[in-house]
Amino acid sequence: MQYEAPTTVDQAVALLKNSGNASKVLAGGTDLLVQLRSGMIEPELIVDIKKIPEVRSILKEDGKFRVGAVVTGAELGEHGDLKAAWPGVVEAAELIGSTQIQGRASLGGNLCNASPAADAVPALVAAGAICMIAGPNGRRELPVGAICTGPGQTSLSPGEFVVSFLFPIPKPRSGDAYLRFIPRTEMDIAVVGVGIHITLDAENVCVDARVAVGAVAPTVLLVEESAAALVGTMVDDASIDKMIAAVRDSCDPIDDKRGTVVYRTQVAGVLAGRVCRIALQRTRRHE
Amino acid sequence: MSKVHVSTIINDDTVEFLCESEQTLLDVLRDDLRLTGSKEGCASGDCGACSVIMDGRLVCACLLLAAEAEGSTIETIEGMANGSDLHPLQQQFLDHAALQCGVCTPGFLIAAKALLDRNPDPTETEVRYWLAGNLCRCTGYDKIVRAVLDTAAETRN
Ligand SMILES: Cc1cc2nc3c(=O)[nH]c(=O)nc-3n(C[C@H](O)[C@H](O)[C@H](O)COP(=O)(O)OP(=O)(O)OC[C@H]3O[C@@H](n4cnc5c(N)ncnc54)[C@H](O)[C@@H]3O)c2cc1C
Ligand code: FES
Ligand code: FES
Repeated sequence: MQYEAPTTVDQAVALLKNSGNASKVLAGGTDLLVQLRSGMIEPELIVDIKKIPEVRSILKEDGKFRVGAVVTGAELGEHGDLKAAWPGVVEAAELIGSTQIQGRASLGGNLCNASPAADAVPALVAAGAICMIAGPNGRRELPVGAICTGPGQTSLSPGEFVVSFLFPIPKPRSGDAYLRFIPRTEMDIAVVGVGIHITLDAENVCVDARVAVGAVAPTVLLVEESAAALVGTMVDDASIDKMIAAVRDSCDPIDDKRGTVVYRTQVAGVLAGRVCRIALQRTRRHE
Repeated sequence: MSKVHVSTIINDDTVEFLCESEQTLLDVLRDDLRLTGSKEGCASGDCGACSVIMDGRLVCACLLLAAEAEGSTIETIEGMANGSDLHPLQQQFLDHAALQCGVCTPGFLIAAKALLDRNPDPTETEVRYWLAGNLCRCTGYDKIVRAVLDTAAETRN
């Protein structure tokens, strides 16, 4: 195995392109090192992208946050402005692992590892974040929800990697939130995770909603029916109940030691209700 | 296969080493540099016995390639005492009997140091969450948490 740490996006793309499927991108390594050491993967080349300034930074472009793919959970949590704009995304990233893991784990790694239970992904999907992807044919953009195609599988072509995430400008009366359920309080894999982003108008009517659910299907689900149950309402108890029912209808989870199908489906609804009420409260946080 | 040349600062000393690209930082610290204070408990990021501070961040040395340490500053348990003067955390761990077999202790000490470097006045809840990535099979954690809280109180006075 060879290790390279390029300092520009173009160098990284060239290295990845020449090695095809035999290479792996390295961000914080908190998934990759575990896979390497267990023999699950045996790459010939590791391309460490952490020395590339563009991939490391949090910038503001025309009022929109652009967050580098390798920015760590700890760094996101320390960025007051980003946390004020996208509290749900930051709280999801901060749930990943322990203090030690937080010092390394990135949004790009959480997404591209393509675990159905990755904590940051439902929050990123709910936020409507866009990935900037670099590859042998130049750059392209894709919504976060279009990256994972199944457990451990992404739609990225050989030679491509995620450079950064672009977030929309949060509307004045909008709010996002993320919660996961785990049997203990720290250091576990989500049984279910829910991210919700809602926007109200001046009359408190919901004009936009995005409801994303993790760990209940092979990839994170964006539940259109749940969004439809909220849009046009005052996000009152009756509409939240409809939203919850649509979340439960969309669930297609696995049965495993963490939870049965019935249990996961039930918990997904409970969490969706709680997350929606937190997001609703946050629509008022700038007043 | 050519080796990777890495220069770092470890416990205030400039340290250069050659490593295989597969080697973790923990492998190099323990096997090549003979800094065996950092332990390998799980090799998968779960137990924290391998904790070191790299560029001011607490990390698991078992989840880092040694090659990634190029240009970084690393603190390990070996740098914690000043000669024969123990660090206040080490003394409090002894006073509280916050260790039994001791395998987890270097990791807990480094993790606790990283916390107090950042937050000299943590609450008990903050201490418990901060240390959630360090596992101990012997003490039941309570004595460790008391030792950290008492070190914080002592250092503030
Ligand atoms: C003890 C422990 C606890 C954990 N707890 C949680 C948890 O609570 N919640 C959770 O969701 N996860 C958890 N994880 C998993 C892991 O920490 C996260 O998924 C993390 O976000 C991965 O990020 P990374 O930067 O370390 O990725 P890496 O390990 O560097 O990479 C992961 C994968 O993504 C690819 N990749 C990385 N970056 C890019 C990019 N920019 N473009 C293309 N491909 C890329 C890599 O090639 C690799 O296949 C835990 C892991 C450990 C060891
Ligand atoms: S040995 Fe590194 S976390 Fe257990
Ligand atoms: S003292 Fe034995 S594991 Fe902690």
